[in-house]
Amino acid sequence: MPIEKFVKLTSTCVPLPVENVDTDQITPARFLKATTRQGFGNKLFFDWRYAPGGKPREDFVLNNPEFSGSILVAGKNFGSGSSREHAAWALYDYGFKVVVSSFFADIFKSNALNNGLLPVQVSEDFIARIFEAIEKDSKTTLTVDLENQTISIDSLQISESFEISAYKKSCLLNGYDDIDYLVSKSAEIERWEEADTLNA
Amino acid sequence: MNSNQKPKTIIDKIWDKHVVKAIDPETSVFYIDRHFIHEVTSPQAFSGLNNRGLKVARPHKTVATADHNIPTQNQHLTIHDELSRLQVNTLNKNCAENGIELYGLNHPYNGIVHVIGPELGITQPGMTIVCGDSHTSTHGAFGTIAFGIGTSEVEMVLASQCLILSKPKRMRINVDGKLGKGLKSKDIILYIISKISASGATGYFVEFAGSAIRDLSMEARMTICNMSIEMGARGGLIAPDQTTYDYIKGREMAPKGEEWDKDLAYWKTLPSDPDAVFDKELYFDASDIEPMITYGTNPGMGLGISEKIPTLDEIEPQSHASFKKSLEYMGHSPGDEMLGKKVDYVFVGSCTNGRIEDLRAFAGFIKGKKKAENITAWIVPGSKQVEAQAKKEGLDKILAEAGFELRQPGCSACLAMNEDKIPEGKYAVSTSNRNFEGRQGPGARTMLASPLTAAAVAITGRITDPREFLLETEKI
Repeated sequence: MPIEKFVKLTSTCVPLPVENVDTDQITPARFLKATTRQGFGNKLFFDWRYAPGGKPREDFVLNNPEFSGSILVAGKNFGSGSSREHAAWALYDYGFKVVVSSFFADIFKSNALNNGLLPVQVSEDFIARIFEAIEKDSKTTLTVDLENQTISIDSLQISESFEISAYKKSCLLNGYDDIDYLVSKSAEIERWEEADTLNA
Repeated sequence: MNSNQKPKTIIDKIWDKHVVKAIDPETSVFYIDRHFIHEVTSPQAFSGLNNRGLKVARPHKTVATADHNIPTQNQHLTIHDELSRLQVNTLNKNCAENGIELYGLNHPYNGIVHVIGPELGITQPGMTIVCGDSHTSTHGAFGTIAFGIGTSEVEMVLASQCLILSKPKRMRINVDGKLGKGLKSKDIILYIISKISASGATGYFVEFAGSAIRDLSMEARMTICNMSIEMGARGGLIAPDQTTYDYIKGREMAPKGEEWDKDLAYWKTLPSDPDAVFDKELYFDASDIEPMITYGTNPGMGLGISEKIPTLDEIEPQSHASFKKSLEYMGHSPGDEMLGKKVDYVFVGSCTNGRIEDLRAFAGFIKGKKKAENITAWIVPGSKQVEAQAKKEGLDKILAEAGFELRQPGCSACLAMNEDKIPEGKYAVSTSNRNFEGRQGPGARTMLASPLTAAAVAITGRITDPREFLLETEKI
């Protein structure tokens, strides 16, 4: 399943200034019993979003009509814990295209990239500026430019560059998928296996 | 080591040997020797393959088990929960259609994926091992590069036996000195995570070294490597030594005869070269460690059992909101003592502490004592073989005499995907690996500890230092 291309995005954002958001919060384990990838958006942050019984918790940001957009801005160490890709599926299915944090857990980062969800890691200073700007004006927009690897707070006209592996960048810009690439290398993989057996 | 080669860490030695092809200076096609799958993170990978019209490339390199969803009582009956049953049946079907070895429910080799790999001798030094499960790092105890992956990556491995990866940085964590009585390797790893935080090793692959690590049994080493992910590490490993070789030898799928000799010679080349350079080195002294317990909602929020929960002025200002949120969830206050807090549930099990040595430690501690009345305890073996061994040793009877029941194997209350859920607001002392909000059931409050601390809590009904009992009896 090829991923959707990502080139450049300007959007309002949803602030979640909580540190160490683990994937158990993003998609609680009891929702992992599905056998398809679809429909995880309404499970996103389920236990933070809904009280037992299903009533929306008014104090949670996804239930606050003032905030919307396809960029989630979260505290450091986002996506820690379980390797469940359901967390990336839920964020993407909900409508997020970018997650900004000052620090991402490794497995979450890979899972996000494999689904066309761009993790943008910025400095502590920069993320503090984003949270401040959103607090002043909930309609603050960010622009994420993958080609130039920059993220900007548009109203303040300040920006910062972010890192991404050259390979993953090209996958996102072009909508390429790792599996197509790996399958295209099957002859080389076989040759490597034969040589490995001889050496072993 | 060839004298004109740069000294290498064990991480580099195994990593470099598995690079099939460099894509660019930081990214390569990386070969996977062993792939474990379970029912929760594999169905979408198989349907992805089907949609592309692809077949499993190397079926004999993948091994499957059902563990996350399965009940821990009455396993001979149909799985009651419809969605769990569908997931387990989907795994059965996918394995049958693709020629993958399956140790499913009721198979004598069934169990938690990270318990059965080592006990069957599938996990061997120098291998690269992946599974759609973050605790795959457990297998690092044998000197392997083992790490958790997402479902898209499960599909990649099924399709090609390879992944596209960039090499992580290398860290060595040295633990020297002698671990005190009444402490387990769980206390070492909870201590390390409490010192470096739940993200202290993110971006790194970690080698655990030092005399305190060398002194540990293989099962105790697995507990350490299991929780590498809880400090953010991609994985954690321990160089193989005689303890490793003695554990593997004779196991069902271990190499035999000439093959054993050849493999052993290779395994002996794996330890880091003496002058190998790590990107980061940390040092700890095992004699500084006391029994550990967590008080918050990530594994980095742990402390020595006699210590008090930090006060706000001990926490970085930018972390105040998250700290308060966490304590509020747990129903604790800053500055609280942990000792003496009332507990409702005790869970012994999981890929962290569900092995025979863990059950022996728990049973040895509670032998001749009685379970506290306010405690509900779930004692869950990590595999059918662990269960059988526990019964052979009479541990089930020791447990029963003290008011405990040995259940059937599975992941159980570690992530509460089956019926074993801690009720909302209740406190559980758990030998598992994660104290996240809702991890053991919506609203459940988890405190992580070793099997010995869990045993002391199960007897007193409150947070208790297991060494109080030791001084009395000195039996352990």
